[in-house]
Amino acid sequence: METVLFYIFAVLTVAGGVAMVSLRNPLSGAFALVMSMVGLAALYAMLHAEFVFILQVLVYAGAIMVLVIFTIMLLNLNREELHEVPVSRIRLLVMGAVCAGLAWAAVRVLDQVPQAKVEMVADFGSIEAVGRLMLTDFLYPFEVISLVLLVAIAGVVLLAKRRI
Amino acid sequence: MGPVGMHHYLALSAILFFLGVFGVLFRRNLIVIFMSIELMLNAANLTFVTFARYTGNMDGHVIAFFVMALAAAEAGIGLAILVMVFRNRATVQADDLVMMRD
Repeated sequence: METVLFYIFAVLTVAGGVAMVSLRNPLSGAFALVMSMVGLAALYAMLHAEFVFILQVLVYAGAIMVLVIFTIMLLNLNREELHEVPVSRIRLLVMGAVCAGLAWAAVRVLDQVPQAKVEMVADFGSIEAVGRLMLTDFLYPFEVISLVLLVAIAGVVLLAKRRI
Repeated sequence: MGPVGMHHYLALSAILFFLGVFGVLFRRNLIVIFMSIELMLNAANLTFVTFARYTGNMDGHVIAFFVMALAAAEAGIGLAILVMVFRNRATVQADDLVMMRD
């Protein structure tokens, strides 16, 4: 059962990624990426990562992709503006081959990592357990990330206000 | 089809990551390049969560959370820059933004 579910969601995720990279219209690409992220969320649920699963749906598939789709609709690009100078076939083949080769090499390297049998704690991945970890062991990075978000907010306001 | 193990998830994340790399290299539309970067961040997250699951250590979940927060900041700033570029130069094609080159 788990195997079948894994392959369903893996295919969903990869298909979304492939569609995002290949579709001409960025809006279709954004929806394909949402599909990919929902597939990933399901995989997180299968990996007992309850907290990350909820965040993936809320923050990634929700907030970030809504922002992307909102921006695409705001720009309201027409056909000429969407037209991309086509990449030559040779370059495309070379780049595709290099990426596929690197992916294959990465899979081979990752296959060397031994898989140990481990006992998971009862509340593995629960919001409470991850939250406790975040505010004890990871308190410093947590504070730094809140500062980063603050700076990002300030930066976006500055960028949006200064009309040239 | 054997039972799903750590290597299946790691292989999936490697494939997703290089799909994102391919998107950055191959596409010229800034929005699609941006979304490819998001795909790479997601692939990294999947690796973190997989190793968290198969080492029984929840640190990976916290790091995945940090990556998501950084991605949110990046999305905000990146899209704001994109809108500014479009307002000033009326293009979203990376090939048209060569004022530093010529």
